[in-house]
Formats: sequence, structure tokens, C-alpha cells
Amino acid sequence: MTIAPRTLGLVLLAIGLAAFPLLSPNAFAYDLAVRVLINAVVVIGLNLLFGYTGQISLGHAGFIGLGTYASAVLTTHFNWPPLVALVAGAAGTGLLAFVIARPILTLKGHHLAMATLGMGIIIAIALNNEMHYTGGSDGMSVPAFTIGSWTLSGDRNWYALLSILLLAAVWTASNLVDSPAGRALQAIHGSEVAARIAGVDVAGVKVKVFVLSAIVASVMGSLEAHYLEFATPDTAGFVRSIILMTMVIVGGMASIPGSLVGAALLTLLPQVLSTFEDGETIVFGIILIVTMIFMPNGLVPTLSNRLTRLRS
Amino acid sequence: MSALEVSRLSKHFGGVAAVDDLSFTVEAGSIHAIIGPNGAGKTTLINLLSGIYAPSAGVITMMDETVTGFSPDRLARLGLSRTFQNIQVCMNMDAISNVMVGGQTRVDSGFFAGLLHLPHIRKADAALREEAAALMAYVGLSQYRTAQASQMPYGALKRLEIARALAAKPKILLLDEPAAGLNHSETDEIRKLIEHIAKAGVTVLLVEHDMKLVMQVSTRILVLDYGKKLAEGTPEVVRADPQVIAAYLGVAA
Ligand SMILES: Nc1ncnc2c1ncn2[C@@H]1O[C@H](COP(=O)(O)OP(=O)(O)O)[C@@H](O)[C@H]1O
Ligand SMILES: [Mg+2]
Repeated sequence: MTIAPRTLGLVLLAIGLAAFPLLSPNAFAYDLAVRVLINAVVVIGLNLLFGYTGQISLGHAGFIGLGTYASAVLTTHFNWPPLVALVAGAAGTGLLAFVIARPILTLKGHHLAMATLGMGIIIAIALNNEMHYTGGSDGMSVPAFTIGSWTLSGDRNWYALLSILLLAAVWTASNLVDSPAGRALQAIHGSEVAARIAGVDVAGVKVKVFVLSAIVASVMGSLEAHYLEFATPDTAGFVRSIILMTMVIVGGMASIPGSLVGAALLTLLPQVLSTFEDGETIVFGIILIVTMIFMPNGLVPTLSNRLTRLRS
Repeated sequence: MSALEVSRLSKHFGGVAAVDDLSFTVEAGSIHAIIGPNGAGKTTLINLLSGIYAPSAGVITMMDETVTGFSPDRLARLGLSRTFQNIQVCMNMDAISNVMVGGQTRVDSGFFAGLLHLPHIRKADAALREEAAALMAYVGLSQYRTAQASQMPYGALKRLEIARALAAKPKILLLDEPAAGLNHSETDEIRKLIEHIAKAGVTVLLVEHDMKLVMQVSTRILVLDYGKKLAEGTPEVVRADPQVIAAYLGVAA
């Protein structure tokens, strides 16, 4: 039996994730790795919605923010156990996404972009205004993640947990895109009318993938809050939504490996570029523009296409 | 039994009556052609029959079930499939996946099953892939077995749409100008294909401009003009109809 490329990819990813701690990384490196992992999982969800199904969301950080603040507020003000707060946040976010998905996702192109943008901004404003609960723009502290008497603490443990979550995300997302449901997503991207004629309930499928990606973002928002032990409304902000979209586009539309590359690159690049001091944003922008000009499909799809062409 | 029965069907776009109080019947197992000049309402009729548009008035009956206003995916499950005058191939996918999309109603397209790649999905999907490959061979596209849709020429894409429609195992197949833009030999291939499909028991509704093709394959012909029925009958009857000759055939010849 031959090993499917995605199984091989998953094994390589697992080896890579397991090998990282062997390099004895310092606290700074661990912290970066954890941020990459959190973003990567969110970007995989967003790629299912945007890269595969072709439905833009410029408000996805709003869903992260809902998870973040569900965890922050419910644990701090109501003494809920973190895991219960996380699940409640995910359920609430999923419900909200479900309710708004049908009207929003009948929109196309610019209109969908504007609607999701508005959604994200409204969430961010709401989090900012509920001063009493959220501390407004100053943010609020969040307790450590505990289950019973066990506390999740230390960079290594967070890294381990998030590595497992990333592997689970990569595995399930790769499964999905290689299944009839995933084909329906891509068919909607390619031609909605063809998908409908082929028997795809286009509106229903769009709702499902929107809700799925929102729940993923919410869960990661909850975990991020407990990891940082702090929550600010910036988590839900417009800038973060744009960065998430950029991760999808630069890494590669409709590419799971691309999601990882995009998340890693755009999380790490600002750190590397900080040596340029004021020039940081400019260099960052130039890299993005150059990528889009020479690799409009994103890094991973472009490079893998070149590889296959070289081989044949 | 009639495969399709259309009764007093109308579709208005603003002031334009694209389909105007139209009634006709398509016998099961027949190749029923719809001809008429550009703008006669042929595509609009196909869009009504396939659920893309809801009619302004009238009733559509499919295999003795009233299906007026049904969504396209619901009609697909009842056995109706179609191709498009303006090609609707998913250019973001490879050729064989496009064909597999056609078989969507016959596999479990649930998210949960997909996320976990449950064994029954893996099995059904492998079978569907083989069927899709066989269908590509059937329509003469074996050479594009591993191609991306975006790499294929126009004529091949037209056939890819037919393969996708067939993957649904339809009882009724609507073809909107399958030979448009094709050269002589390609048109001949399409003719043979349509005849094969009908012989396999699929009812074919064929919208086509190529008169030679229409006269060769059709059991019956419906002639539309300004959304209304101008004439209807066997190829011989329609060919001899003075009104048809004046309005349509005369111009084309
Ligand atoms: N979506 C639409 N909106 C407005 N008018 C339309 C639409 N679709 C078709 N029409 C009009 O309906 C008439 C019939 O068009 P169509 O069905 O495409 O004709 P055919 O396929 O016979 O060439 C034309 O006058 C066309 O302009
Ligand atoms: Mg037409």
C-alpha cells in the first residue's frame, strides 16, 4: 500500500512539531510558536470558508473575540470552569454565526465583504463598550486554564496542547476537503449554479462552513485568552481580521499546508522585520505585494505547481 | 408516460415575457428538441424546468409529480440534470472532480462524515471516482483524466458538462446548445453521444441551433418564438410548416 500524500504530510508535520522542543527553544521562541499554532488553526478554518468555498469574511477576528471574552467574562465574573466557558463561547458563537449566515451569505463579492466587515466591527465595538464586564479598551485579565485541580501552565505544555489541536485541525480539514462535502465547497466556489444543479444545497452548505469556521475561531480565541491570561478588544479588531485573510491568501487559497505557511510567515515576519524598526511595515507591505504579483495563488499552490511541472 | 408536462408556463422579466403561456409535453424516452431564434426564450425555459427561475405563472409536472417552484437541488434528487449554454465548469477543480460533483446526490455529503473521513465515505467516493473516469471515457475525454479543468479546450469542457450531468444518473437531461461553438466533427461526436444517452433510456430535452443535428436526432421538435409556441411536431412536420420556414428556417437557410 502506498502512503497518501496527505498522510505523509501529517506525519511530517507531527515529526516537525515534536522536534521543535528538542532544539531547546527559549521562552521567546516558545511564545512565537504558540502564536503561530493558534493562528494556524484559525486560518485553516478560514481557508475552508474563503479559500475553498470562496466566501470572504473580513470579520473573522470577531469570532475569535467572542471566544476570548466568553472565556474571560464567564470565568472571571461568573466563576465558570474554563472548559465550560470555552464550550459555552463556542456554542454561542456558533449560534450567532448560524443566525447571521443565511442573510449574509446570500450576498456576493463586495457586498459580502462589507457585511462581514460590519459584523466584525460591531462585535469589537460591543466588547469595547461593555466596560463593566470587559474593562473596555484597557482589556481584562483572564485566569489560567484549569480543569479541576489541574492547571495548564508553562510554554511547553501550551505548545504541546496546541500542537495536538493543530494536528487534529489539519487531519479533519484534509479529510473534509477530500470528501463529498469538501467537493461541494469547491463546487460552490467554482460555479454556484452548477453546484445547485448537481444537487448541492448551496445555502445550507455555506451556513455549515461559516458556522464551522466561526466555532474554530471562537475556541482558539478562548485558548488564546487563557494562554495570554489577558484579553483586549484588539483580539476582535479589524486589523486582525485582515491579517487572517492575508495569511490565507499569501499561504495559499484552498490549501491546508498553505494555511500553515501563511500563519507561520505572517506571525514570524513582523518579528524578523522589527530589526528594520520604522521600516517594518513598509518591508512587510512590499513582501505582500511581491508575493501577490508573482504568486497570485499563494506560496504553497504556486510552488507545488512548479514542482509538478518540473517533474513532468 | 410523460417525462415532463408544462402547462401555461410564463416567465416575465420586467415587461418582457421571455416564456409566454407555454404548454407542451415531453414523452419519456424521447429526444425532444426546442428550437427558435435568439431571444426566443429557450434558455429561460430550461432555467424554469431546472428550478433556476421560479415561474411567473403555470405548472410544471415531472414524471407525474408537480414540481413547480422546486429548488434545483431538489429537482436533481428527483432525476433532472442539465448542461449550460454558457459553460459552468468549476475551473478551480480538476476535470474528474467536476464529474464527481455530478454524483453528489448519490454519496453522503455530510460534514461530520467528511471531517472524519468515515469508511463508508471513502468507499463510496472511490466508487464514484471510478464511475466518473468511466463517464469521461464515455464522452471521449479519457485523455483529460488527470487534467485540471482550466487546462481543457472549449469543446472538451462542453463534453465535461455532459459527463457531469450523467454522473447524477438522471432520468431527464436538459442540454442547452451542446454543439454551439463546435466544429463539424465535434458536432458529429455530440450527435452520437446524444443518441447513446437516449438509447440508455434517458429523456433528452435538446436546445440547439444546428438544424442538421436537430433534424437527425429529434423525436419531436418544439419551435419557440417570443416565448410562445410557434409549431410542434415531428421533424418532417416542423420542416414543412410555413410559419416555421418564414420565422426561422427560412432565415437560417
Ligand atoms: N435574467 C434575465 N433578466 C432579464 N431578461 C432576461 C433574463 N434572461 C433572459 N432574458 C430575456 O428573455 C428573452 C429570452 O432569452 P433567452 O431565454 O436567453 O433566449 P434564447 O435562449 O432562446 O436565446 C430575451 O429577450 C432575454 O433578453
Ligand atoms: Mg439560450
